Amino acid sequence: MLYSFKIATRYLTANRGQSLLLVLGVAVGVYVFVFMSALIGGLAVLLIDRTVGSIAHVVVEPADRDPTSLLDDRNGTLIAVLKSSQQRSTLQSAEAYLPILESSPHVRVVVGKVLGNGFMLKGEAVAPVQITGLEARDISAIANIEANLVAGSTDLMLGTAVIGKGLADTLGIGVGQSLVIRSERAIEQSVTVGGIFEIGVAGVDDTAVYLNIRAARVLLDLPEGLSRYEIKLDDLQQSRIAAADIAGRTGLKATAWQDQNAQLLEGLSAQARSGDLIKGFALVTIVIGVASALLLSTYRRQSEIGIMRAMGARRGFVVLVFVLQGAFIGLAGGLLGAGLGYLSLLPFPPPEATSGAGLPVDYRQGAYGAAILLTLLGAIAAAIWPAYSASRVDPVKAIGP
Amino acid sequence: MSDDALVEVSGLTKDYTEGETVTRVLKGVELQVSRGELVALLGPSGSGKSTLLNILGTLMRPTLGELSILGETLIGADDEVLTEFRNRHIGFVFQAHLLLPDFTALENVMFPAAARHGRERREDKVRASELLDRVGLSDRRDFLASRLSGGQKQRVAVARSLMNAPELVLADEPTGNLDRESADQVMKLLTEINSEDRTGFLISTHDEKIAARCRRQIYMVDGKVADDRQQS
Repeated sequence: MLYSFKIATRYLTANRGQSLLLVLGVAVGVYVFVFMSALIGGLAVLLIDRTVGSIAHVVVEPADRDPTSLLDDRNGTLIAVLKSSQQRSTLQSAEAYLPILESSPHVRVVVGKVLGNGFMLKGEAVAPVQITGLEARDISAIANIEANLVAGSTDLMLGTAVIGKGLADTLGIGVGQSLVIRSERAIEQSVTVGGIFEIGVAGVDDTAVYLNIRAARVLLDLPEGLSRYEIKLDDLQQSRIAAADIAGRTGLKATAWQDQNAQLLEGLSAQARSGDLIKGFALVTIVIGVASALLLSTYRRQSEIGIMRAMGARRGFVVLVFVLQGAFIGLAGGLLGAGLGYLSLLPFPPPEATSGAGLPVDYRQGAYGAAILLTLLGAIAAAIWPAYSASRVDPVKAIGP
Repeated sequence: MSDDALVEVSGLTKDYTEGETVTRVLKGVELQVSRGELVALLGPSGSGKSTLLNILGTLMRPTLGELSILGETLIGADDEVLTEFRNRHIGFVFQAHLLLPDFTALENVMFPAAARHGRERREDKVRASELLDRVGLSDRRDFLASRLSGGQKQRVAVARSLMNAPELVLADEPTGNLDRESADQVMKLLTEINSEDRTGFLISTHDEKIAARCRRQIYMVDGKVADDRQQS
């Protein structure tokens, strides 16, 4: 065993009460670090789950029809700025893309949709609606309509519609009642409300109407092709990579959810920075605590350090003794704090499995390894000044009369 | 320089500076000690005995003068060199014994060797046990230093000073804190080791009876060697 290791442990065990208090102090700091990591991470999971849980991770649409250069680059370029088209943007030959999308990495499910706008009419009441036509089996593939159904069923037969609760309330209708949908193409269709859902996103609950894709094609005058594909991934953090991959393989425009929710990401980023700041303060507290305790120890053991130096212990040896003490305290406090953090967070269910009530802490995001490692490094750094100070002790003054 | 020379000191001067006040404690000390000598260093308080021992022990640097131990000129050597030299060639016995209180008697004796090698070697443990046996403390080897009596502590300190088989042991008032019986035991031990191992001893003391057990007595007065007597 390294001799400096033995002396360091002997010093720590010689004052068990003081060492224990010091380790407990460090453990509290580490606990704060772990708890904040779990809380900030849990909040992020909850927010992302609530937001992204009801939308596609990647949306695949026809590529923008960019205007082309009218003049040669060497002579200056004149760009035609007219970007809109009189034509509807649709994925013609959409079926051809399906195998490519389904075989892309991380893709869990692909849903083809036809989309359009219109109005829903019930007597004198009129409400603007967003019409989504899809295969009946896919109704809960993107937003989980089935789980959020408040009345009726999600069976999308021809002539039935599944609508948001806000819309149903606006029109004052319920399941089994009939009404008329008029599309942007001025085509009208009579439908019966088969189901009413509420996913908690006002923009969807107040305007969404789900129809069988065949009915939607007639209503929107879109006999073939799709408006877009919507994709769910097995790992939503891979969305940007998957979108880039899909765009590269298909030549279509693929947009990741992050690019459509910049404000959410900004909020999460600000939240993470706040958490990092608190964790930073916890680490600073640990470093100051360890440094002051070791500095006191060097003063208290000045005479012993002087004896060691007189007996031929090198300065490096003395430095190592005190740095090792810092490392032991950091490691023990880190393990204890991280362990207590893990055990106390374990009873909390994962945020995505909660109703949102209570603390959305996620024990999986406790950053235990980082907490232990940073504490260890912080404690070692904290020990350097006391260790250096100890190594400079003048043996004559330390052991003098 | 003789091959037998252990310590050679010439014109050794030491000043202490406190603010703007400079106090000269050693004023050109001239001293030669041969290997295996048992020397008593006598003199009143403030005569410079402890300062001289600290300089000879490489714990303190002189202001002026020449210092050579075992033929090595140590003036100007850096701290690492002096620490290494001290560890290998010089043993210390202090008035206040100065043991490490959280370590056992055996661990205290082993310290100079362990600090040198960075670990506790089996052979060092054997030697430390033998030294404790030699100072009559084999039954106290696993006692914490803080639990030993004053006399026992000083005998452990003597054993520790011999751990690396140094050529020179510097003892600063080694019996100053002991009762007469313990002081006699310690002095008997030092003289035995001196005659058996040919280890050189320089023992600072106020006690004429202790000094009388040494073959040579050096008297210091006011920072200088005032008298140097050799017993027949």
